[in-house]
Amino acid sequence: MKPPAGSRIVVGMSGGVDSSVAAALLKDQGYDVMGVMLRLWSDSDTENRCCAPDAQLEARRIAAQLDIPFYVIDAQDAFYQAVVQPFIDGYAGGTTPNPCLHCNRQIRWKFLRSRAKALGADYISTGHYARIEVSENGSYQLLKNPDPDKDQSYFLHILTQDDLSRTVFPLADLSKPEVRQLARDYGLAVAERPDSQDLCFVGHGNYRGFLRKVDPSLLKSGPILDLDGVMLGEHQGLADYTIGQRKGLGVAGPEPYYVIEKDLVKNALVIGFKNKLGRMSFTVASINWISGESLADPLNADIRIRYKSKAVPGQITPHGNNLAHIELTESLPDITPGQAAVFYQEQVCLGGGIIQKEAL
Amino acid sequence: MKRIYLDYAATTPVDERVIDAMLPYFKEHFGNPSSVHGFGQAGEKALDDSRRSIAANLGAAPPEIIFTSCGSESDNLAIRGTAFARQEKFGYKHMLISPIEHPAVQATVDQLVALHGFKVSYLPVDQFGLVDHENFEKYLREDTALVSIMSANNEIGTINNLSDIAGICRERGIPIHTDAVQYAAHHEINVDTLGADLISLGAHKFYGPKGVGVLYVRSGTDLLPIQTGGSQEFGFRAATENIPLIVGMAEAFQLVQEEGAPRRERLVPLRNQIIDFILEEIPKSQLTGAEPSKRLPNHASFVFEDLDGNLLIQVLDSEGFACSSGSACKTGDPKPSSVLTSLGYAPEWALGSLRVTLGKDTTRQEMDRFLEILPGAIQRVREVS
Repeated sequence: MKPPAGSRIVVGMSGGVDSSVAAALLKDQGYDVMGVMLRLWSDSDTENRCCAPDAQLEARRIAAQLDIPFYVIDAQDAFYQAVVQPFIDGYAGGTTPNPCLHCNRQIRWKFLRSRAKALGADYISTGHYARIEVSENGSYQLLKNPDPDKDQSYFLHILTQDDLSRTVFPLADLSKPEVRQLARDYGLAVAERPDSQDLCFVGHGNYRGFLRKVDPSLLKSGPILDLDGVMLGEHQGLADYTIGQRKGLGVAGPEPYYVIEKDLVKNALVIGFKNKLGRMSFTVASINWISGESLADPLNADIRIRYKSKAVPGQITPHGNNLAHIELTESLPDITPGQAAVFYQEQVCLGGGIIQKEAL
Repeated sequence: MKRIYLDYAATTPVDERVIDAMLPYFKEHFGNPSSVHGFGQAGEKALDDSRRSIAANLGAAPPEIIFTSCGSESDNLAIRGTAFARQEKFGYKHMLISPIEHPAVQATVDQLVALHGFKVSYLPVDQFGLVDHENFEKYLREDTALVSIMSANNEIGTINNLSDIAGICRERGIPIHTDAVQYAAHHEINVDTLGADLISLGAHKFYGPKGVGVLYVRSGTDLLPIQTGGSQEFGFRAATENIPLIVGMAEAFQLVQEEGAPRRERLVPLRNQIIDFILEEIPKSQLTGAEPSKRLPNHASFVFEDLDGNLLIQVLDSEGFACSSGSACKTGDPKPSSVLTSLGYAPEWALGSLRVTLGKDTTRQEMDRFLEILPGAIQRVREVS
């Protein structure tokens, strides 16, 4: 998928190697490239990692080196509404929300595309490792990066046909070493920052402190129960735990305990041994089908329930437009409400939805 | 894409004639004016000639001209130097300024208040940025060390005529400073007509080089140096004089005196064209600052309700037009400008500001092209604001 020659393309720049190389590649291909960084909301005493002053300086320096304009656009209110509030709500609802999905859908695409349009750019680009192709019937497809370690299609399953038709992923099938080599070839002195699993909008991994500040009731202590309802200990707030978690429970037993369930009504954390953990079926809601066509009949697909977990074969049975029942061929220990289940056939990402607490 | 610069209040390109005047002093006549030898004497002559030229153009005496590194430094020297001198001499601790001073004045005053026990009062301004002349005297105190009110505001273009206020200060023996960095870029100044005791100028606003300014200090004004060391600049500013830049400033200032009137005559109608067009064609728009006859000749500034001013600047830049905004911020964290807030604008308006400032070489064709694309740009920004 290539935009017409000379098109104006807004590249979301982070100051990191991936988006810098993406911008350099597009500039090299003769596009009218503009660098944009979104100013995202962050908790009062911290800087949002995605737009911290040093990241801004890096991105500005790279843009100057590439001789492209660079703008920082304020997205703080939109980010709070679209990402932070659902994050708080998610924990209030007993799930483990994935803010990156909301951010991609509402901020990195919807918001950025609207600003790009104002800047005269019909296309946006990012440094994601994934590929967009036009299939024979003219629809846009999202394909995995061949390196399962770098593939970012999991976070991109929320994209629509309209998004894909206006998006360029210059890194596509490249590997990380290839991207690093390109950075050297282009003479881009990009400092490599380690990928962080922390939330971008709170200080170092301290989402607990943040949740306590916005809603102290999210971190109310309560009982730790076994599957028979016997009290084994006390937890410090359900938001601190996720399904399948083993560490940090503080309960000793003949074999390790795992978090099986969060009971919001009793404010209880239900734990059990490993053999009680796995599930083979669950429900997903808010499904996005990248093709734009919802499913009519059950479909076999590979299903990934976390960003870095392996895809497991299963069957998707639709219930209406954006609800489906998933039946896996094997039991998985960490099926977590609030995370996304993403569907694949071979290299193609078909879409995905959010894992629900309650089964259909 | 041909880019059109409409941000002359931020800075200006250096005039060719100014560059020519400066060039010999980088290499050929590079001497240090403090040196005894011939190299030094050549430098000293250039310094002296530049000082005399600027003094003559201001109606001042040469020893009243202190060269600094910029308008901000001139403001710092005027405020801090006078405050410390008057505190030292009389124990005076009070300063009177306007709420729309340049940060170089405001932040210096803030520091004096925070660290040195000074007190500050603000002379009110109306919604156009015009200071309250009638009640001025009521704001003076027995222990007022200094008054500082800018001649023309960079953000809203309003010119404040200070001669009556300066007259009162003279009678009361209170030094009065004015930041004339914007004003002097367009208008001739006579120190006796203006009446101020301290006047800040910066060369890069009038086609001179960046990195050089002047503080006029009326003879007899209490002032302590804030940069200490050698005895350059009559002991008020230690540093080896930057001769090429000083020569450039003197030349550029001379050109303002010679060409100021024709520049103004040409700029005012072009500027008025922008004001008329925007107020007529753009919904929910307001002129900020004073009416055209009371503002800088090249200056048009606006606010637009419900518009992301930062994004507008970016969109205009993407179309090839370089403008500025009071709330513009490179780091994407816009705050309503303190000037607009002081004038009483609510954030919905203050966050959508636009400043268009023309230069001596701005053409009508450039203006027409700008006004052609502006409504569309505003429309697109408003759609997503």
